Amino acid sequence: MKRTFADLHLRPNLKDSEQVRRMMRKASELGYRLISIPLPTNLPEEKIQQLRNMCKEAKVDFASRIDLKPQTSRELIHSLRRLRRKFEIIAVACKSKPVARQAAKDRRVDLLSFPSLDFRRRFFDKAEGELASKSLASLEIDIKPLLTLEGPTRIRLLSSLRKEVAVAQSFHIPIILSSGVSSELLMRMPRELAALASLFDVNRTSALEAVSKNPVDIVKRNRGKLDPRFVAPGIRVVRRGNDCRKA
Amino acid sequence: MPKGVRRRYLALKIDSEEVFSSREFMNAVWNSVLKLYGEYGASQTGLALIDYDEEKRFAVVRCVHKAVVTVRTAVASMTEIGGKPVAVHVLKVSGTLKALYSKLRSA
Repeated sequence: MKRTFADLHLRPNLKDSEQVRRMMRKASELGYRLISIPLPTNLPEEKIQQLRNMCKEAKVDFASRIDLKPQTSRELIHSLRRLRRKFEIIAVACKSKPVARQAAKDRRVDLLSFPSLDFRRRFFDKAEGELASKSLASLEIDIKPLLTLEGPTRIRLLSSLRKEVAVAQSFHIPIILSSGVSSELLMRMPRELAALASLFDVNRTSALEAVSKNPVDIVKRNRGKLDPRFVAPGIRVVRRGNDCRKA
Repeated sequence: MPKGVRRRYLALKIDSEEVFSSREFMNAVWNSVLKLYGEYGASQTGLALIDYDEEKRFAVVRCVHKAVVTVRTAVASMTEIGGKPVAVHVLKVSGTLKALYSKLRSA
């Protein structure tokens, strides 16, 4: 079966609609069928619809995403309560250990991301892994720093990623490979992202799933939950009102 | 009788406004392989340039079949050639040149 490739972290400048359009077209050319762009919380619904239409023109599916950067776990819980039903993907940038732990155990969080250059703040250890394994969170890895960094910094990043991937795999936490780029020239084909994952010991099958099955599953799951007919996992409203009498 | 070396041919597309000579291009590929895998790793790739079209920004390189991931990774990590920003994409991979060109035509 043909894979549906997804890049859940494109970061064009939303004020430059021409650049947004170019990046969407490029994503389509490179073989992606689903993309996501982090949106500000206050973005009006019309603007999101405009992005969806632009994606439709480029023949890619669009998933709305928000990147939360809370300072405290309390702030995280508050933001999740306010925003979970408005966005298809919620990513949390874990800047402190309490935030990382809260994000890992909260079932409303989809993606856990860690600062790529601040190695002391990469909190994805065994404790984090154990918490995340009981929730629905996935580990998001951006490929951009691997392209832009060089020398000792890239070596250190690869070493951290190798450890985190080992933890994620031991706790069966899905890994998501995203580009995290804001320019077209840094965009790569899905199979190239998967090849780059071999640098931190992700095998070929897992790497391909990290750019196809894993991100697509998150979007499918959340779209199901955001559907007005959704009641609880496995329970959906099939008919209501007059429709019930016809049956 | 020892079996012959199994090879793979990779069709590459250079995404840039600039035009590069084949020497500049191959130097950049080798540098990328060296940066990521070192001289030992680079020696195991069996990398060679087979075809290069400056105008179409298209290249075909050959490598040992076990080094396809190595070469693909190195090529994906290239961000510049001679200080000018580029992206290099692997279009197709094949075991023979004939199959590679026929895959490219049918794509």
